[in-house]
Amino acid sequence: MSTEKDSEQQEAPAAEKKQVPAKLDEQLPKFEKDLADKVVAKFGEKTEVAFVKPDRIRINVKKDNIKEVAEFIRDDLGFDHAESVSGVDYPEDKEIEVVYHLGSYTDPQLSKQILTLATRAPREDDPKPGNDSTHLPSLREIFYSVEFHERECFEMLGVYFDGHPDNRRLLLPEDWADLPPLRKDFSIKGR
Amino acid sequence: MTTQLPPGLSLEKVDEKIMTLNVGPQHPGSGHMRLIIQVDGDYIVACDPDPGYVHRGEEKMAEYRNYILNIPHLERPIIHDSCNILYPYCLAVEEILGLEVPERAKYMRVIASELNRCVYIQYWLGIYGIFLGHSTMFMWPMGDRELLIDLLEKMTGARVTHSYFIPGGVRNDLPANFEDVCLRQVNYFEKRIKEYADIFYDNPILIHRTEKTGILSREDAIRLGTTGSVLRASGVDFDVRKKEPYDVYEELDVHSNVLKEGDSLARSKIPWLDMLESCNIIRQALEKMPKSGSIRKKLKPNPRGGDMSVYKRVESGRGSLGCYIVSKNKPEPYRLKLSVPSFRNLIALPYLLKGEKLGNMPAVYWSLNYWPVEADR
Repeated sequence: MSTEKDSEQQEAPAAEKKQVPAKLDEQLPKFEKDLADKVVAKFGEKTEVAFVKPDRIRINVKKDNIKEVAEFIRDDLGFDHAESVSGVDYPEDKEIEVVYHLGSYTDPQLSKQILTLATRAPREDDPKPGNDSTHLPSLREIFYSVEFHERECFEMLGVYFDGHPDNRRLLLPEDWADLPPLRKDFSIKGR
Repeated sequence: MTTQLPPGLSLEKVDEKIMTLNVGPQHPGSGHMRLIIQVDGDYIVACDPDPGYVHRGEEKMAEYRNYILNIPHLERPIIHDSCNILYPYCLAVEEILGLEVPERAKYMRVIASELNRCVYIQYWLGIYGIFLGHSTMFMWPMGDRELLIDLLEKMTGARVTHSYFIPGGVRNDLPANFEDVCLRQVNYFEKRIKEYADIFYDNPILIHRTEKTGILSREDAIRLGTTGSVLRASGVDFDVRKKEPYDVYEELDVHSNVLKEGDSLARSKIPWLDMLESCNIIRQALEKMPKSGSIRKKLKPNPRGGDMSVYKRVESGRGSLGCYIVSKNKPEPYRLKLSVPSFRNLIALPYLLKGEKLGNMPAVYWSLNYWPVEADR
């Protein structure tokens, strides 16, 4: 009870706005902050740290830089496999985001951590999967475990991964001729 | 051939010596999936898994339903492990909505999750037994599984699809006298599954069929990003319950089972050892669980999440199961992704089958602890 009262009293002064960023910075978990700082120190403005939470870091990169950032994350930070690759469609931004969740089996310090690496590809309103501008570099050479995940992302959102040796359908039927189903403009009947 | 193929399809030239076999999707040895296998005589040269025959669009469906309506359909991909597939979803939604789960509900979740893990593994073990031609190993797990299904029915009201976990706690309280019945049944169950060693795991015929077949090295298991029993059978000690404890697993003594061989025998032993470990965890949880108290946080109707994304994972009966939710100030998730262990382990299959005899295919395939419906979602 006493702590709540104290915090209420502290909120009153006008200096509140200046104090908040400093406090937030202290609250950030140290280990995760260090990892994110390493990436920023190496790549500077090419990367953007979206958030640092306990056990979770998210880094946004441009699609031209994703391969070198991924290589740095594997070789220097020690993340060794991809847990999942998810595509998220943002029609209002005219972009499709691809999110890699990376984890580590070999480094016991990193076993709790999930590093989220996100990048965005341009999106076209009339998609022709494989033959339009929705391309991203494949991370399969760097993280072998993304192979099937990227194939799924290709068929579900129409993101073609350059350098992936096996850009075939995986879950959808071979004769599927509609929009990629996880795009927002593909709507379920009756909804 | 001059026809233009649509992108994503390809035609391959095949050697005259090589024959292509389609195993599945109706073949009883493959589950609801197809394996395109190329054989040279009796040996497998290449294997191309073709899942997707039971793809139901769970992720798309989730974008149209609110956080509560998503519960019953999200457990359909793996009805025998329904508590564990809802677990990461509930953890993620709790973080999005800022819910704190009551202590008693956390222990009830652990008990339900461990019971469900055993129910799933028993089902899988029965199938593994019958595909290796061991009918007794089909009958015994299917019979003993009923013990735990009865317990889960008492607890949740349903035999298989429980819909028991909800964001903020669990759906209903334990019936009177549940703790005693549970303890008695679990102790008997543990005694029963220890007997499986005599009839199955120490059986020279089984050992002969599975030992040194489909070997996955430690490096490959890591490189391919496999998880759960496949990973731990290859000598990597990684169990989410231990490495990133969720709910009350931190307060429980969890031992993760690791074997070094990486062959089909090791992969089939790990789930069985996990069941023994689950019995230990259930006993600990029954002892430590608060005897009374709230079991769930009351939710507002149609709760809205903030503008954020969350990734949560738990250890299911097959391995690490992750749930990624993007929330955009709406009652429905903007995007929901299930990263399921069956899908992650499937990538190892072509490597394991290469160079194996065709007759060993079921032994290797089922040792992956693969559930086609879950992989397809």
